[in-house]
Amino acid sequence: MIDFVVLVLLTIITASTPLVFAAIGEIVVEKAGVLNLGVEGMMIVGAIGAFAVAVTTGDATLAILAGALSGLVLAFIFGFLTLYLLSNQVATGLALTLFGIGFSALLGNGFVGQTYGGLPHLDIPILSDLPIVGQLIFGQDILVYLSVVSAIGVTWFLGRTRWGLAVRAVGENHDAAHSIGFSVALIRMGAVLFGGAMAGLGGAYLSLAHTPLWVENMTAGRGWIALALVVFASWKPWRAFFGAYLFGGITIIQLHAQGFGLDVPSQILSMLPYLATIVVLVLISRDDSRLRLSAPACLGRSFHASG
Amino acid sequence: MLIRLEPRAEASRAMVYQSPLIAVVLTLIAGMIMFRIMGTDPLQAVHAFFIEPISTLDGVAELLVKATPLILIGVGLSLGFQANIWNIGAEGQLTLGAIFGGVVALAFFDVESVFLLPAMLIAGIIGGMLWAAVPAFLKARYNTNEILTSLMLVYVSFLLLSFLITGPLRDPDGFNFPESRLFHDSAVLPIILEGTRLHIGFLVALLFAVLAWLMIVKHIIGFQIKVIGMAPAAASFAGFKEKKLIWLTLLISGGAAGLAGAIEVSGPIGQVIPVVSPGYGFTAIIVAFLGRLNPVGVILAGILMALTYLGGDSAQITMNLPNAVTGVFQGMLLFFLLASDVLIRYRIRLGALRVREVTPRQEGVT
Amino acid sequence: MKRFNKLASLTAVALATATMAMSGGAQAQSDPLKVGFVYVGPIGDHGWSYEHNQGRLALEKEFGDKVQTTFVEKVPEGADAQRVINQLATSGHDLIFTTSFGYMNPTLRVAKNHPDVHFEHATGFKRDKNVATYSGRFYEGRHVAGLIAGKMTKTNTIGYVASFPIPEVIRGINAVAIAARSVNPDVKIKVVWVSSWFDPGKEADAAKTMIDQGVDIIMQHTDSPAPIQVAESRGVWAVGQASNMSAFGSKAHLTAIIDNWSPYYVARTKAVLDKTWDSTDTWGGFKSGMVQMAPYNEAIPADVVALAETARKGIIDGSVHPFAGPIKDQSGKIVVPAGEVASDGMLLGMDFYVEGVDGKIPN
Repeated sequence: MIDFVVLVLLTIITASTPLVFAAIGEIVVEKAGVLNLGVEGMMIVGAIGAFAVAVTTGDATLAILAGALSGLVLAFIFGFLTLYLLSNQVATGLALTLFGIGFSALLGNGFVGQTYGGLPHLDIPILSDLPIVGQLIFGQDILVYLSVVSAIGVTWFLGRTRWGLAVRAVGENHDAAHSIGFSVALIRMGAVLFGGAMAGLGGAYLSLAHTPLWVENMTAGRGWIALALVVFASWKPWRAFFGAYLFGGITIIQLHAQGFGLDVPSQILSMLPYLATIVVLVLISRDDSRLRLSAPACLGRSFHASG
Repeated sequence: MLIRLEPRAEASRAMVYQSPLIAVVLTLIAGMIMFRIMGTDPLQAVHAFFIEPISTLDGVAELLVKATPLILIGVGLSLGFQANIWNIGAEGQLTLGAIFGGVVALAFFDVESVFLLPAMLIAGIIGGMLWAAVPAFLKARYNTNEILTSLMLVYVSFLLLSFLITGPLRDPDGFNFPESRLFHDSAVLPIILEGTRLHIGFLVALLFAVLAWLMIVKHIIGFQIKVIGMAPAAASFAGFKEKKLIWLTLLISGGAAGLAGAIEVSGPIGQVIPVVSPGYGFTAIIVAFLGRLNPVGVILAGILMALTYLGGDSAQITMNLPNAVTGVFQGMLLFFLLASDVLIRYRIRLGALRVREVTPRQEGVT
Repeated sequence: MKRFNKLASLTAVALATATMAMSGGAQAQSDPLKVGFVYVGPIGDHGWSYEHNQGRLALEKEFGDKVQTTFVEKVPEGADAQRVINQLATSGHDLIFTTSFGYMNPTLRVAKNHPDVHFEHATGFKRDKNVATYSGRFYEGRHVAGLIAGKMTKTNTIGYVASFPIPEVIRGINAVAIAARSVNPDVKIKVVWVSSWFDPGKEADAAKTMIDQGVDIIMQHTDSPAPIQVAESRGVWAVGQASNMSAFGSKAHLTAIIDNWSPYYVARTKAVLDKTWDSTDTWGGFKSGMVQMAPYNEAIPADVVALAETARKGIIDGSVHPFAGPIKDQSGKIVVPAGEVASDGMLLGMDFYVEGVDGKIPN
């Protein structure tokens, strides 16, 4: 029974990790006051970028870097348009998704049907041999560790560092941040690029570890879920981590319920992760008028310093 | 910095019309470079994308058929976006509208009545409104963010339609395949251009745009929507009921999306099928912003957006270009269109940045 | 040298003209026959649309410059389908393959307005004077796969990653259940529906879920090779879908049921060229080559391979039918009596599970 639970948890970890990356990246972007709805596009480009390098070089580290870089390049387009040409963020983000899906398909043309062995598992000596927790916590691949590190790191960065403060400042009140000497556009660009790299890593996890292959549209809407998780988490990285695991967990559990022959229509079971996310968000935001305060005040607003 | 943006004293009227043209020209140049790199004839490709789809009457009709749901949903969404109500789930509301409209058509399958079509469309509106009422209620009552709730309900609506179409709604004579019966003639929208598929739904969309424009320009509610979007504090000071506007904008945008869904099933599709819309609810968000949240602008943007899809088909058929190129080209066009909007409020100036008194300037999402 | 080149090219032209004249037929001399394809997915899906596109490429290879092919990919099954099909018909295509069930009514509507164009709709059941239908009897392949699975399973549970509860998918599940239980009466089939034709991540998760529940053979009726990869990494068996997927898990890959549209597409194009095209209903299986088995895994014992091959040959010569009675549904009621086989009508609209399948059909 314990073994079974461990196996289920392992599956949940794989299902949740791409969401963790993308959601935490987007949290930093939105904390800086930028709403980038192009997560799906950045993820899918990250997926093909990573996979292409993995197949051509066979080097996992290079592949991961390529995934992050691909997402970053797409994010740069978004950042340049919204921050320097002041284009509308919502529409530009959606256009970025359209572009990303097409662009990845173009890039991936020669990689359909190719295979990659998958990311190696980094077993931490001794610890990974422990019963139960061994494989669960200490026998994962590098990206899973990195997703945990990023949740902790971003929490620390936003809450404890000067640069984190700067990010929050431009997101809360860009006029004030500008008047005390912060470069709003530069800081926001940094956040947007970070978000792109993280979305790229989420995509890379899909094409390198979760299902090590390339097929068009393989992100299948996960970028949208990540966006919803940011709101769900009320812009707190650890809550996004929890949200991703909640979503991934319920997805897997409903599959198990089907496997055990539960007599409920599969479509109804498949609705559970979405409904559960709504219910949990309502529960945590109920009668909590402070929640609104956690949304960055300048979210989605362009800024232009004249002079 | 050699190139910089200088704010205009007021928005340039001329640029409102010129900037889209500039964007199209830039897209053509960039597109030609892209096609050249890909080894296809750039002129022919551009012709295939923009001219060929509308070179026949039938093509124009198809363009308007494709634009109809985009305009309907885009206009509805633009009201909410002006009030900073982020309904991202129009796709779900559209799906519910299709289900409700379809259920009415199938329930009264043998009934031949002039009231059937209006009943279907009203049912579609109700379906869309019900689906949008969930985020409205949760936001008004529990302050739950509508981006998440409306988006999650999109996926729920897809699964709901899948459930219904593999069960209760499927064609009794259809070998259990996942589709409903073809609607009776009296449940199919009349054609307004003989020999094409252009149906009356397009006129409905235009009418809705006019009504929305009147509401924004002439009615106090339109004024409240704009104020709450630009200056929420001022709005609450002036005693506007924010909750009322949450309900209002979500119900209108949801109803419009639901109507679009009912029009799709009773118009060009003519039956209920597992996937009613190829993402109109999401594309309409772009359309709303491309149209600068202005009903007339949304009509034009909807038609332009529809043209890029039709152009993508043409490019595949006449040029053998892969569908992926359509996505890339579409993305480029949108990037240029969105970026060139900057010219309306700013001037491009060459020269070094002079340091003088800093007057920060803030632009809302409007 | 230059002159020689010119001479050579002149000769070539003359030769080509002569060949064309000899091959006869108005088509060969005039413009090439334009053949259009409408795909529901991207050709890069490595599944359903990919295989149809392979069929298109086979046409080009077979007929060379006598045909000119066009395809439109990712065409949604709603209002857009009719426009795209119509555009193909009006742009001079003489033969149009619409390759997804949802194109049925749009195809028929366009066909009415274009009586001179030949239409071929895959997996549907409505025909017209100029609309033929075709599909594969993939259940024949599933029968063979089910026999192998029944012999190879140690845990007596087979897992099935399924897309949507439509007759085509249910038929496949039942074919596996009947075949597997014919060689191993203890076998149970677990089914997990992922509510998508195409979501590699979710397909992989479904496969893992069932493996965790004790399944040691994964079958699928979804399009991506992700379940094969999972089976490979978890050390269980798997059966590929639509194409040979052994590249994604050579140890796990027992075999695959291959959709092979090429012979049909070549034959139908030839029929149009020869002006012998007729509206037909083709439901091709092993015999016509539309369904094929990928090479069997070397780890399968010889007697099991022999069993599988006997069945395959039996299906071809008609001595074996995958849905031969007695067949019981889940409640134990006889739905096909002994000595009879299920009719094509029953197969086409199948909406019940046979004995041995766990769970209920979701509707």
